[in-house]
Amino acid sequence: MSIEALPVESRAALSAGAGDLRRQFLRDLVHQKAFMIGATVLGFWVLAAIFGTLVVQDPLAQNLSAINQAPSASHLFGTDQLGRDVLARVIVGSRSILVTAPLATLIGTVLGTVVGLSMGYFRGIVDDILGRFVEAFLALPLVVTGIIGIVALGASDTTLIIVIGIVFTPLIARTVRAAVLVERDLDYVAAARLRGERSLYIMFVEILPNVLAPITVEFTVRLGYAVFTIVTLSFLGFGLQPPTPNWGYDISANVGAVTAGYWWEVLFAAVAVATLVIGVNMLASSIESALDAS
Amino acid sequence: MSTTASPPAPGETQATAADALTLSGVDISYRVRRADQRIVRDVSFRVARGESFGLVGESGCGKSTIALAVVRYLARNGRVSAGRIEIDGRDVLSLDRADLRRLRARTVSMVYQEPGRALNPSILVGRQVAEVYEIAGAPRSEALDRAREILARVRISDPDGVMRRYPHQLSGGMLQRVVIAMALAAEPSLLILDEPTTALDATVEADVLDLILGLRAEFGTSLLFISHNLAVIAKMCDRVGVLYAGELVEEGPASAVFGDPRHPYTVGLLRSIPRRDGGARAPLQTIPGSLPTPGSVAAGCVFAARCGLAQERCRAETPAVHRIEDGCGERGSRCHFSEQAQSLPIHSIVAPDSARIADRAEPLIRARSVSKTFQASGQRVRGLHQVDLEIAAGETVGLVGESGSGKTTLARVLMGLTAPDPGAEVTLDGRPLAPLAGARTAADQKALQIVFQNPDSALNRRHSVRRLISRSLAKLGGYRGEALQARLQALAESVRLPERYLPMRPSQLSGGLKQRVAIARAFAGDPQIVVCDEPTSALDVSVQAAILNLLTDLQHRERVAYLFISHDLGVVRYLADRIVVLYLGRVMEIGPAQSVLDGPHHPYTEALLSAVPTLDDSDRERIRLEGEIPSAADPPAGCPFHTRCPRRIGEICDTTEPEMRVQAPGHEIRCHIPVDDLRRLQSAGGGAPSASAGR
Repeated sequence: MSIEALPVESRAALSAGAGDLRRQFLRDLVHQKAFMIGATVLGFWVLAAIFGTLVVQDPLAQNLSAINQAPSASHLFGTDQLGRDVLARVIVGSRSILVTAPLATLIGTVLGTVVGLSMGYFRGIVDDILGRFVEAFLALPLVVTGIIGIVALGASDTTLIIVIGIVFTPLIARTVRAAVLVERDLDYVAAARLRGERSLYIMFVEILPNVLAPITVEFTVRLGYAVFTIVTLSFLGFGLQPPTPNWGYDISANVGAVTAGYWWEVLFAAVAVATLVIGVNMLASSIESALDAS
Repeated sequence: MSTTASPPAPGETQATAADALTLSGVDISYRVRRADQRIVRDVSFRVARGESFGLVGESGCGKSTIALAVVRYLARNGRVSAGRIEIDGRDVLSLDRADLRRLRARTVSMVYQEPGRALNPSILVGRQVAEVYEIAGAPRSEALDRAREILARVRISDPDGVMRRYPHQLSGGMLQRVVIAMALAAEPSLLILDEPTTALDATVEADVLDLILGLRAEFGTSLLFISHNLAVIAKMCDRVGVLYAGELVEEGPASAVFGDPRHPYTVGLLRSIPRRDGGARAPLQTIPGSLPTPGSVAAGCVFAARCGLAQERCRAETPAVHRIEDGCGERGSRCHFSEQAQSLPIHSIVAPDSARIADRAEPLIRARSVSKTFQASGQRVRGLHQVDLEIAAGETVGLVGESGSGKTTLARVLMGLTAPDPGAEVTLDGRPLAPLAGARTAADQKALQIVFQNPDSALNRRHSVRRLISRSLAKLGGYRGEALQARLQALAESVRLPERYLPMRPSQLSGGLKQRVAIARAFAGDPQIVVCDEPTSALDVSVQAAILNLLTDLQHRERVAYLFISHDLGVVRYLADRIVVLYLGRVMEIGPAQSVLDGPHHPYTEALLSAVPTLDDSDRERIRLEGEIPSAADPPAGCPFHTRCPRRIGEICDTTEPEMRVQAPGHEIRCHIPVDDLRRLQSAGGGAPSASAGR
């Protein structure tokens, strides 16, 4: 039986209230546990990235007389092979990732939206040509495409942001295209054409506001992936470059020490990656369900 | 839904004398945002054994909610907060899971509006029907035999063929038959039909309604029939309940309620339907105001705010059900002044001067040999075939036909949303029009505008009403700055859209208000012709009346021509100067409205007219079309209508396509039957071989 068929009445009740959909959306959002947990975790890392250096020791300071020390009162997370404070490196390590991941995702979202809008709106030959590119990109694993791009352009933080942005573009374009295909068949698009609007106006002023919901969801989902991809690339040595503390590189640099029993040198950075990715994903899913509700 | 405290084992002890369904004092609430909204208030009615009870009301009045509550199918946030619901004397609300399941399997069946969604798209139809019998305990092979039997009983001529198909391979009417067959398979004592024919064409609807009437006699099932269509309810039901804002405002035998209504709401509702002979376009009556939001009427009568008869007492004191003793059977009205209900003051906005300005000197728009062929999975589908059409300034042309007849395609071709096949010629004021809107001049674009069927789709939901209308004023009217603001005010006023709605988004408006915004937008550039594509089909009757009045009023003031597309012949009869009848993309008949409607007319027009249930003439002889509109991918040879024509005369119909023949000045018919024969046949009132008497 159909659920959509029933709550005509409850819909009437919905619009009866203040009618401010945005406020309603925010209210739906903060009432979700997942949102509150995700926001807390992300908030913690954002604070750590901004104010971390004020609280912890110097993450670059080497102390060769105190290498590979287990967690203790003076080094809560222990020290690494060069005697650097692991806590400081984990806290300050959030800085680079929280700059690169959102920027890369933003680039991917903007490009993906433009490509997806064009594919969905023009269809036909535009869709066919761009579609082949999208498929070609999607055929390769993200990390492989990323490595090829970084090697070709030379490793730097800027390259990393651009390459990940471009790698994400087809993924986001695919989602936007699907949403646009639904919208372009609605009569408001026909009405716009009948009053002589240009294609660009129809795409960006008429259609775009109506597909913002899936784009927002896609942005947050991709943000989680971006964190993960950057950490992976850094682990492989193609991502964020040392000496700036970063989790992926720290894990790869110290992973050999785990067999020697120095687990703290890897574990805390790994936990940091996990919390950030999970936190962002919780935000993504709570935003998605709040958007579905409104 | 409240769960049971301690179910009194219902077992098989059925009180035989009990009614099929009894509701007493039922309240239904939805929990919305941590607050209970009472959607249905104190509703009581009973459906006697074998009786057909109709629930009628406009959207949002709680019809479907009641139907769902009866079988405890309410959404998770809904519950019956007071009262009792009994089926066959058993308290539905206190049944435990197992008994509820048994009740739904054996005692009650439901049929919904969209048959396509009631069936599983990936399972063969035969399996799905047979499943009903398997649940009842029949072995597989026997279940299939019985499925075949029941499909034959709902008059499916080829049950084996239907059983081997998937739901998407069947037409809407056929699917609804299958769903009805499944509903009847368990031989339920109560069948709930929630708008079962609303999604179907008039011709198919007539057929399905006849089927339900026939089956009801055959099975002796009690019906709870829900519809917004008063005429359908009048045709189908013994008794009727009129719902308004969640309250049953009037209840009684259908003939009494419709013939002699005793609640002002019923009176208003009946007055807002375009009647067969409502005089020469007298403005339709409307009900002022709009439905109150749930829970907003704390005291007094729910209808008081919109009632022309309301007095102090109506606003202070909630009326109880007043029993009416008029010898018409048990009936009641929830009105303090039920005996005065019919003196409800007439409410229509303005009486447009009745003089029509249709100077047919030079056609405004002229379409010649318009064809449109679609390519669908390698097949050529002929959407339109050699259509000729002229519309004069200030005139209204009604375009009718079943779905699939090409009405909307023709509208889209004229608007420039779909390019016609080469060879077509469309001119506006003598100037040729570019096939696509993008290539047309600004003047042509503003001269030709459209009001779409569904305002939810036609209005950008992210833009405010002000923005929607001002953009059209700027693009089409060329207004800027203060002139634009002034014109916006004037335009909003002329479509009677109060200014406080301007900052709102479409989702915050009711259906009627949304359509007013769409109309305002179409009139922003002072158009010469406006295509109205079923502009009222998504609206309630009383709102429809207001929109139709608005359109006639605007026509008188702006001298605009309308191409009015509708499947509702009542509406076309009310509005149109001329009528064009389309079938399979061909014009079958064209002529002055009165002449087309009075006949002699094309047998297809005759069938369309006969299919529409009306409140006026339920004793009319009816003509039923066999089957459904053939596929446009493979149209029949000869006369396209010969496969369904009740007046087919012979070989010639199958082989030769008839030419348009002039029947009277300006009235042409595409039929082989000589006009005099048609006149004789049609004035005799049916009598054709496959015509069957209704009721």
